[in-house]
Amino acid sequence: MTESAIKTRAIPNGAVRFDRVSKSFAQKRGQKLLRERIGELLAPSRARRFEVLKDVSFTLAPGESLGLVGPNGAGKSTLLNLATGLCDPDSGTIETGGRIGALLELGAGFHPDLTGAENLRIHAALMGLSRQETGRQFEGIVDFSGVREFIQQPLRTYSHGMTLRLAFAVAAGVAPDVLLIDEIIGVGDQAFQDRAQHKIQELRRAGHTILLASHSEDLIASLCDRALWMDHGRVRMLGTVQEVFAAYRGNAG
Amino acid sequence: MSTPARRPRQRWTGDYLYLFESLVLRDFRVRYRNMSLGVLWSLINPLVMMSVLTFIFGRVFGGERPPLFPVFVLCGLVPYNFFTLAFLSGTLSIVDNAPLVKRVPVPREIIPVVAVLSHVVHLLIQIALLITFVLAFGLHPVKAWLWLPVVWLLYVIFVCGLALGSSAINVYLRDTRYLVESFNTVLFYLVPIFYSFSIIPPRYAGIYQFNPVAAMVLATRNILLDGKSPPLSLVSNLLVVAAFTTSLGLLIFTRLKPRFYEHM
Repeated sequence: MTESAIKTRAIPNGAVRFDRVSKSFAQKRGQKLLRERIGELLAPSRARRFEVLKDVSFTLAPGESLGLVGPNGAGKSTLLNLATGLCDPDSGTIETGGRIGALLELGAGFHPDLTGAENLRIHAALMGLSRQETGRQFEGIVDFSGVREFIQQPLRTYSHGMTLRLAFAVAAGVAPDVLLIDEIIGVGDQAFQDRAQHKIQELRRAGHTILLASHSEDLIASLCDRALWMDHGRVRMLGTVQEVFAAYRGNAG
Repeated sequence: MSTPARRPRQRWTGDYLYLFESLVLRDFRVRYRNMSLGVLWSLINPLVMMSVLTFIFGRVFGGERPPLFPVFVLCGLVPYNFFTLAFLSGTLSIVDNAPLVKRVPVPREIIPVVAVLSHVVHLLIQIALLITFVLAFGLHPVKAWLWLPVVWLLYVIFVCGLALGSSAINVYLRDTRYLVESFNTVLFYLVPIFYSFSIIPPRYAGIYQFNPVAAMVLATRNILLDGKSPPLSLVSNLLVVAAFTTSLGLLIFTRLKPRFYEHM
């Protein structure tokens, strides 16, 4: 995997472009001990690499909202990870413009021993807010999260739903140019889901780009303009939400 | 067949200083929040070690010992403690922060540097303790003390460089931490904490000069106990070592970081 020295033309803030992206992982992932590595050096394993994404291409204009659908293991999470910038593709080009905010896992970077307020500030800093911006947004984020009474309590006293609300409130407060969400919106009670949907709609109207992976058809239908159907790492179909769902349902039935 | 992978480097746009501060404070708070005596522990450990070493090598072993032996020992303990703690923390930092690395796109280099810097608070407290002892034993501040921030800054940079390299390697070879721990144990004897440089046979003295931790101990003793500025050769060695480890550490880190995700 090489990095091109050519400067690509700058893409506008909020745009996302995948061009023939492929990604594979080794069969055995995770840590390896020294003896395993030595073993590998002496007798190179023939283990095939597991191809997660094959030749994926699509373009999102700023302000568009794309839903990712497909069975588990289709590669949706990997696609989001690549878009966020957490790993690099084996081949192909990925371009994103502007600030990227990702909600891929519940409160990644949150620490249970610190208070909600402390975690909030850290998370805001991680997502790219400056000290001043965090100060300005702090109260608004706390309000939106609905956990004000507990904001000075350690995070381990929070329920699953409360942590989720706080994490989402920070992401919404940061209001990135491109917001990536991986299925976590489906988790949480109805009140939270309504609030989250409402907020995402607000961001859409304000021109932010949304990329959302979900199993919930209703969610995608209400929040997205287009949908991308992924299956076994390939793009099965890219079109309007109605078109894709018709095909997806047809296929499943 | 396939186009080569291209990813225009997306520069993380944010407040680096704020992020550093937030993460260093986080590590610091997490470490001390669950301890009843909190930050006081950073004083107790060196005091206990100092007392035990003074007793053993002062009274039990007897023989010739350097003047102001307790402070002499403390001058050795402070650089050693910082090094061992920061080096180990730094080595483990990427792996310990797996959730962060796998979910949040911040520049990864920050992580080992934050781990090292979170021990600097600990370090400052111990230096304050050291200076208190020096004053209590009747020595006065002299201009040479101005060298302290200089050498300590170089020292911290040196450890950051090491941590960058070792943290990256640790992702791929989890055994690295055991190497570091063994090295730290051995280092206790290789650094003249409870003995003086002068008793080292000349043919080994050269090797000692190359050990930055030993050099740091020597510099600290020169400044605080002798009231002299450290030899220029020592400072320039420290500078070279700091520059070298930082460049090498960054190089290793940059080469290894693309595949971090897969190995965590």
